[in-house]
Amino acid sequence: MRLHEYQAKQVFADAGVPTPASTLAETVDEAVDAAEEIGYPVAIKAQVHVGGRGKAGGIKLVDDAEEAREAADAILGMDLKGFHVSKVLVEEAVDFVNELYVGVTMDRGEGRPVAMVSTKGGVDIESVAEETPEAIAREHVDPAFGMHPFQARKAVYDAGVDREVANDVARVLTTLYQLWDDRDGADVEVNPLMITSDGDVVAADAVMNIDGDALFRQPELQEMGEEAADGDELEQKADEYGFDYVRLDGNVGIIGNGAGLVMTTLDLVDYYGGEPANFLDVGGGAKADRIANALDMVFSDDNVDSVVFNIFGGITRGDEVANGINQALEQFEEIPKPVTVRLAGTNATEGMEILNEDLVTVEHTLEDAVQRAVSYAEEEEE
Amino acid sequence: MSVLVDEDTRVVVQGITGGEGKFHTEQMLEYGTNVVAGAVPGRGGQEVAGVPVYDTVHQAVREEDANASVVFVPPAFAGDACFEALDAAGLDLVVAITEGIPTQDMARVYRKLEETDTHLVGPNCPGLITPGVAKLGILPGNIFSSGNVGLVSRSGTLTYQVVDNLTERGLGQSTAIGIGGDPIIGTDFIDALELFEADPDTHVVAMCGEIGGEDEEEAARYIGEHMDTPVVGFIAGRTAPPGKRMGHAGAIVSGSGTGTAESKINALENNGVAVGDTPNEVAEHVEDLL
Repeated sequence: MRLHEYQAKQVFADAGVPTPASTLAETVDEAVDAAEEIGYPVAIKAQVHVGGRGKAGGIKLVDDAEEAREAADAILGMDLKGFHVSKVLVEEAVDFVNELYVGVTMDRGEGRPVAMVSTKGGVDIESVAEETPEAIAREHVDPAFGMHPFQARKAVYDAGVDREVANDVARVLTTLYQLWDDRDGADVEVNPLMITSDGDVVAADAVMNIDGDALFRQPELQEMGEEAADGDELEQKADEYGFDYVRLDGNVGIIGNGAGLVMTTLDLVDYYGGEPANFLDVGGGAKADRIANALDMVFSDDNVDSVVFNIFGGITRGDEVANGINQALEQFEEIPKPVTVRLAGTNATEGMEILNEDLVTVEHTLEDAVQRAVSYAEEEEE
Repeated sequence: MSVLVDEDTRVVVQGITGGEGKFHTEQMLEYGTNVVAGAVPGRGGQEVAGVPVYDTVHQAVREEDANASVVFVPPAFAGDACFEALDAAGLDLVVAITEGIPTQDMARVYRKLEETDTHLVGPNCPGLITPGVAKLGILPGNIFSSGNVGLVSRSGTLTYQVVDNLTERGLGQSTAIGIGGDPIIGTDFIDALELFEADPDTHVVAMCGEIGGEDEEEAARYIGEHMDTPVVGFIAGRTAPPGKRMGHAGAIVSGSGTGTAESKINALENNGVAVGDTPNEVAEHVEDLL
């Protein structure tokens, strides 16, 4: 789960990381008032979960009230890479001489957290990692001990941070590690951490991604996450239903059980010349009503021209799935889009007998089902 | 022969009194697994499906000579349950079925695991099965058959699909291991491949990976350098867009191009692994190599 910049900054500030003065605004008037209060120049920043906000026109630097009004008016309500902007952060513009990167994440290969520092801040750290990996100092932390103070210093000096600010940067890194540890962080980072001409360090941006599996013990962050929810309408609906769902650009709707098998079904749709419209995993042991909800989800996507069910029962039972499909389809006078079903595993034979073949096409292998669904999608498109 | 699980495996089920724990204990017993004990704090002295329950794993090991554990404990407590299993001297194998364990809890378990000789399989996995002998976990026993194909996979239902394709061709399995789809897991591909390489009855290994992380790439290098047993591969997630998590917590292609299906398939092919485009093609390659 990802927090918005304004929320992450609040968490960082509460933990003692220096952040610029800022105010959240939801209207143009609020934004201008905030800018006047903070004093120019200020940055007006769209609060959406989109990378490269600046380049996409979601961040503007302004010098007076007129510019602030213009910028806030342009950004509030804009569509930023598919995300509607409803909030802006109005923030004191920092006069900087250097931009650093500091962050903590889980190194899944090592099975332990890694603290990172780089003097190449202000740009996408993943491209730095790819092009000049030596420009990032990394320090792995033993979760049994936590981060030793020397490790923060070591990372900072290894990265080549100026000695004058090294202690302050190490302090920020130590705080980020503590936040990562205490708040079940997945990624906690500041990019850029600005060094001002006075030698102060200021967190000009803030990223805080929380482990979704740990939200049960982070109630405060969970609440923030609910506030932060934005993005695709269908993906939000999937959240309500409790499905793992990802929307894609194609026209073949896909429903299956188990992440690996659903991914494989997507790949096969592509392999046979179709384009997947979504990833939808109903999970293990799905009952009839859950199957009906899944079908409702996929039919809600206007791009979908054809639907394929691929269920391999282990704890999921074929007869339950078949009943769910029948129930969901019987309520339509006309089936919105052709549905192809493939059942295997537990109670698959019973399931295939239950399925109403006036409503769906039944196929016996994965390959046949996918090819059938792809050809239906092609016919619908014509 | 087989790996990790055989006739001598004596299982303690952690969380045996919960819905899933009870149901799958019955299923395991029905399959012929030697489930000798359950462990649930506060439930010592009870019985589930005829199996005696103890308050601690240590008691179950002491009283019933359990040498393997299966964890069905809810996510908030599963990390601690893994610690308990790793702390109980005598368990060679711990299988964590639980989905949704906080990653930081698993990082601590992983740290403890490095100090022991115990194999941890999972978490967030279907478990493992030696067909005709025993299963530890939730795999549907009836689709498996005994034979010489070793199977290792990150995903449960994808494993079933491949097994189905193998069975159609009359190709049975020595052992099938679901290693799980989380970012931090105990037994990884290399650990499983190492076990299969040392097993004289495993003649071909089928390995099903997916996008995210670099385990498949590292496994490919291991295969190239250390394995004589032929390996067939499959990678799920070729069509996954970067930055979107495809169900499994570990299945995500990061922005910088690591963890993609392409890089994994290339790594496998460069190390002599035949990679199938479909699960059925995996079975086809296995048949050719047997």
